[in-house]
Amino acid sequence: MEILVAIMVGVLVAASVYLMLARNVLRFLFGLILISNAANLIIFASGRLTAEAPPLIPEGADAPLETVANALPQALVLTAIVIGFGLFAFALTLVFRTYQNLGTLNSDEMRLAEPEEGGK
Amino acid sequence: MAKSGAEVPRVYGGPAGWISVAVPAAIFAWMLQYVGPVSDGNPVLLALDWVPSMDIRLSVLIDGLSLTFALLISGIGALVTLYSTKYLGNHPEYPRFVLFLMMFMVGMLGLVLSDNLIALFVFWEITTISSYLLIGFSSDEAKSRRSALQALLVTGTGGLALLAGMILLGNVAGSFELSVILTQGEAIRAHPLYVPIVILFLAGAFTKSAQFPFHFWLPNAMAAPTPVSAYLHSATMVKAGVYLMARVNPALGDSELWFWTLVIAGGFTTVFASILAVRQTDIKQVLAYTTLMALGALTLFIGTGSPDAIKGMMAFLVVHSLYKAALFLMIGIVDHETGTREADRLRGLGRKMPLTFLGGALAAISMAGIPPFVGFIGKEFLYKAGLGHEQATWWITGTIFAASVLMFVAAGIAVLRPFTGKLADADTPQTPHEGPWAMWIGPIILGVFSLGFGLFPDTVEAWLVAPGTWAVYGDYDYTVDLYLFREANAAFLLSLATFATGAFLYTVHRPMRAWLGRVMEANPIKFDPGWDRVLDGLKAVAGWQTRILQSGVLQRYIFTIFATLAIGVGATMYLKDVLNFRVDWAAEFDGLVFKHWAVLVFITAGAILTAITSSRMTAIAALGVVGIGVALIFIMFSAPDVAITQLLVETLVVVLVAVAMLKLPHLGLAKDRKRRPVHAALAGVVGVLVTLVMVAVLQGEIDLAITEYFETASWPEAYGRNIVNVILVDFRAIDTFGEIAVVVIAALSAYALLRGTRYGNTDDEIEEGRK
Amino acid sequence: MKTSIILVAATRLLTALLLLFSIFMLLRGHNLPGGGFIGGLIGATGFVLYAIAQGAEATRRTLRYEPQNIAMVGLGIALAAGVFAAFFGEAFFTGQWWFAGADPSDPDDKGLPISSVLVFDIGVYLVVFGSILTLVLALEEEV
Repeated sequence: MEILVAIMVGVLVAASVYLMLARNVLRFLFGLILISNAANLIIFASGRLTAEAPPLIPEGADAPLETVANALPQALVLTAIVIGFGLFAFALTLVFRTYQNLGTLNSDEMRLAEPEEGGK
Repeated sequence: MAKSGAEVPRVYGGPAGWISVAVPAAIFAWMLQYVGPVSDGNPVLLALDWVPSMDIRLSVLIDGLSLTFALLISGIGALVTLYSTKYLGNHPEYPRFVLFLMMFMVGMLGLVLSDNLIALFVFWEITTISSYLLIGFSSDEAKSRRSALQALLVTGTGGLALLAGMILLGNVAGSFELSVILTQGEAIRAHPLYVPIVILFLAGAFTKSAQFPFHFWLPNAMAAPTPVSAYLHSATMVKAGVYLMARVNPALGDSELWFWTLVIAGGFTTVFASILAVRQTDIKQVLAYTTLMALGALTLFIGTGSPDAIKGMMAFLVVHSLYKAALFLMIGIVDHETGTREADRLRGLGRKMPLTFLGGALAAISMAGIPPFVGFIGKEFLYKAGLGHEQATWWITGTIFAASVLMFVAAGIAVLRPFTGKLADADTPQTPHEGPWAMWIGPIILGVFSLGFGLFPDTVEAWLVAPGTWAVYGDYDYTVDLYLFREANAAFLLSLATFATGAFLYTVHRPMRAWLGRVMEANPIKFDPGWDRVLDGLKAVAGWQTRILQSGVLQRYIFTIFATLAIGVGATMYLKDVLNFRVDWAAEFDGLVFKHWAVLVFITAGAILTAITSSRMTAIAALGVVGIGVALIFIMFSAPDVAITQLLVETLVVVLVAVAMLKLPHLGLAKDRKRRPVHAALAGVVGVLVTLVMVAVLQGEIDLAITEYFETASWPEAYGRNIVNVILVDFRAIDTFGEIAVVVIAALSAYALLRGTRYGNTDDEIEEGRK
Repeated sequence: MKTSIILVAATRLLTALLLLFSIFMLLRGHNLPGGGFIGGLIGATGFVLYAIAQGAEATRRTLRYEPQNIAMVGLGIALAAGVFAAFFGEAFFTGQWWFAGADPSDPDDKGLPISSVLVFDIGVYLVVFGSILTLVLALEEEV
């Protein structure tokens, strides 16, 4: 399953890179969501996939009795999801605000910081 | 000057004023307790682990050198802050000033007391930054801002060199503790990295202590308020470089490179600065250049390195701090009460400002080196050390002779001329009158010390100079003996010659000044304008490379980033031959059932659909499919916590997108055909590379040591049965704390973005822009 | 905006239920799936639902405290839980435990465990809860 997940992640990354290269910043945003999902899957699958054995210690035992899923990547991914959400929300408000202030979603037309003339 | 409208007169600066006096006074009193042990030759070492894994400790080394500095910093600090309560007490930004000054004091004390090189560096940088803030205190004046930036850039660049030098030294010596490093002088000097270490250390020390050719920032730094000049730029901060050289002298000193670099640079700075000093008409500038001269002399004598030279250096260090701070404070009072510092306009102030005159005169006599003041002792021992050293005898002695003569003249210009003679009425912007006690008390106390130490040289010898000499020279058996006068030897005769020449030059100093001015004008090499040209050059280079690298088109930036990634990863994989593996496809398909295939297909399809659709709603729906699919993978492979989080976040993403879409009816996904085949090709390459890297990683062995530790420790040590949660809130809690801080920052930034930043555009204008 | 009356009526109950459930998830998190992140997300989801049904202003009134303040307080609690260990001479974020009413002779009897770790998780909960509501409510109000 890991190899298949790897191939699928490749497709996810390709799709998100393609989206992020678009001039429409909304597409860029979608690419951002996809690539953070892809990154989470990479971390998760790199810790190996174990079916139906959550990393819990049964009542009365000091350690898991049999092999359980790798807890470390899970902890990493859990926080990464929440942070990814924060990043996404910030990017979304940025896009939203940009549209309200500049009236465009085309990144070529957003030249406030770096005007067309090139360097002030 | 005043920026805010609130002008509440403060009595002695209000609470900020009193606190600022009490803190250094208390530190001074506290440091006094170490005088006993240190003067017996027993340095005190205190330590607190800070980052033990990187050998960074907050360790304090109190020996003669650091104690001398600490006493000067806190003692003069108390007088300067007391002085400031009157000098700046009613300034609207006074509390800010006190804050910077305290910050500086902490930095400076930390610098001289640290036993750890890294801690020393941190404090070193604190002094740089607080000095920047203090020089630029009058931030509404362009001159202040320029001087502050110049000081910051010069000393900051030196600081970076110093950091590099410290890391090299720490690696060579095997420890970052000074107390360890200082015992390994032999090994360090024999190491091949010795030369780079010395160069980097001296780059730091020379910039900080304004040695030629980095001297130009110090006179400009006089744009700071006078208490700052008195404190930072004469008594303490600029001596940090001197301190550093003295500190590492046992480890780095005693080599040809060290000797000649310090002796030549120090000597040149000394002469060069004392000539420039006489040239100035602004008394504060005169003092600034004599400070430069003193720093040069200190460097010269550290370089000379003989016990006599170190003794002379330590004596002169104390002497100079005492009189120079007093003189700066004095000129501050004159400036405050008359409104000018021009030597030609000030005459006969002595009758109007007797106490200021007294304080200034005590200091000036010491500076001129007239007995029985301690300045005489300082000068005598410098002469003795110079005459007694077999290498470069005439260079050292001659330098000090020239400097002493010109110091004599400078003392005359700074005090004798303004305070004596006939009072010239209406020549000053304000009618001269005596300053308040809080201001003149400082110069008088310092002046009394100059006299007292001169009359009783044994005290300063036993308390400060002898322990300091031991620490710098690295030998606790050397006998230090200071005295005022014992016999008419060569040094004494030189002193007499100094007075005669000095007195003569003082009488002709005004024509001499004009002549010097003409000579200087003719000199083609000017450092200050040169500095401007360097900065302009840097800006031009920065502008040029910005134009090359930054086209301003987002799409191109992203393309560059991903192309670089693809080339970097691809080349590495090719060169390292990581693709040398076989995939066991049979094992891969083993145990896969319908649900696995379904999830894989759904996610893949969702991703592709998101990429190619031109419908907004389709894209959002497809993204949702991907998100849920990923959550299903987490569920299937035993990650319930992650799956729940993913589902909830996915829900919230959809809600946020939906809300945003609701408010933005025109948000469509316009067709974007330009250059898309190239983009698709790059995307494909990056995707394939990611897959290959991941497969390569999966073929390797996995090291589960950390996971096993968490599994076995989770219940017995952290009392939790959910290992993932225990990792988050206990084992790796500090990481989690950082992460939730990021979440808060993201939320607050988004909030500020939504609430605070709307340009003047009306909806009509937006419509206009869309057309 | 016109809203379904069923939605309005149901959200009051649903929000309360979700809030309760989120606290349940928070508290059981140390031993079973759950914890501060998940709890915070569930709690926030409840109020997001409320905001959709009743509008942002009503939600702010119901919350009583500004969500960004809740997030900052959460961050402060989490930091305090970490600094707490320093008072006992241990490294930052070392868990401190108190087993209320436990029988000391029985190693498996933990009584009612109260710990700085739980306090930290509560901080995480409040941060996640407050941050998400800060975002959603601000976006809701922005027309």
